[in-house]
Amino acid sequence: MSLFGLFRRGSAPIARERLQILLSHERVACGRPDLLSILREEIIAVIGRHASFEPDKVQIKMERGKSVSTLAIELEIPNRDQVLGAVPPSVAARHELL
Amino acid sequence: MAQVLVVTSGKGGVGKTTSTAALGAALAHDGTKVVVIDFDVGLRNLDLVLGAERRVVFDLINVINGVAKLPQALIRDKRLESLYLLPASQTRDKEALTEDGVAKVIEELRTKFDWIICDSPAGIERGATLAMRYADAAIIVTNPEVSSVRDSDRIIGLLDSKTAKAERGERVDKHILITRYHSSRAARGEMLAIDDVLEILSTPLLGVIPESQEVLRASNVGSPVTLNNPQSAPARAYFDVARRLKGERVPMVVPSETKGIFNRLFSRNAA
Repeated sequence: MSLFGLFRRGSAPIARERLQILLSHERVACGRPDLLSILREEIIAVIGRHASFEPDKVQIKMERGKSVSTLAIELEIPNRDQVLGAVPPSVAARHELL
Repeated sequence: MAQVLVVTSGKGGVGKTTSTAALGAALAHDGTKVVVIDFDVGLRNLDLVLGAERRVVFDLINVINGVAKLPQALIRDKRLESLYLLPASQTRDKEALTEDGVAKVIEELRTKFDWIICDSPAGIERGATLAMRYADAAIIVTNPEVSSVRDSDRIIGLLDSKTAKAERGERVDKHILITRYHSSRAARGEMLAIDDVLEILSTPLLGVIPESQEVLRASNVGSPVTLNNPQSAPARAYFDVARRLKGERVPMVVPSETKGIFNRLFSRNAA
């Protein structure tokens, strides 16, 4: 569960996250990529230059608020791989310890 | 200028036929001429929900095949004289529904009516694609539930690519109608909230119909909920939607079952 989930109760936040992830994939498959899937592809390309990871282990979520929206990127990088370069500070990558 | 609306969803059982009947009656309430068309060939139900099941003589397929003229197939509602039904065939194959045939019927209806509401079958097969084919605007009926939202997303993709308007490089106006909504369950985080659904589907909201036993009660007796109990919460929500469709700015509220008390959700107006 993401950080956002901690502030909300019930199962609706899980439904919302699952749908966001699923639909960003399905929209690409149907030939109508949205902002989230374009960002996903480009972020994977950029980080992929500096670290190796499974593209499936990247989760990108967008939360739209009234005045600000947040983009959360969760990325699993296996420990055995060396991270070659610094990840841009705007990217909040979480290193999962395996 | 006639408006062709499609009521669609992808998923079955979310309230397309209920909404078509309720909105048809709400729009026709002031004498506006409305026709509702059932596109669910082989599984028609709009006639039953409108209480006209024993008055069906000719249907949409008969008109397309030239067996009957359009005025012979149109059934006038017994309660509202400006509301008409064009039923689907219960026996024919849905292959009998042709693109040219549907185009001709819609063109003829455009000269006689103010609103033409196409009740789409579930799925993304021929009946569903032909129901949306000539639409100017679409109402995507969505329940706050994962499978319904996913199917709505798929339908939005089809509306943007497979309609006559999309093929001409124009856009079908798309609106979300959330049905079977429980304000309290959404507030407790047990059900997707309105904002969640709108954000995921990136499509403007037309209205929210609260879950209510009045909907089943109305279909039991064969009367649109907006005629059967106009003061009920779902009926008031459908009347609000009808006013928005006619261009009025109506605050977006979810009517509650307690009469006269409105649960203000947000002050945003429908797009």
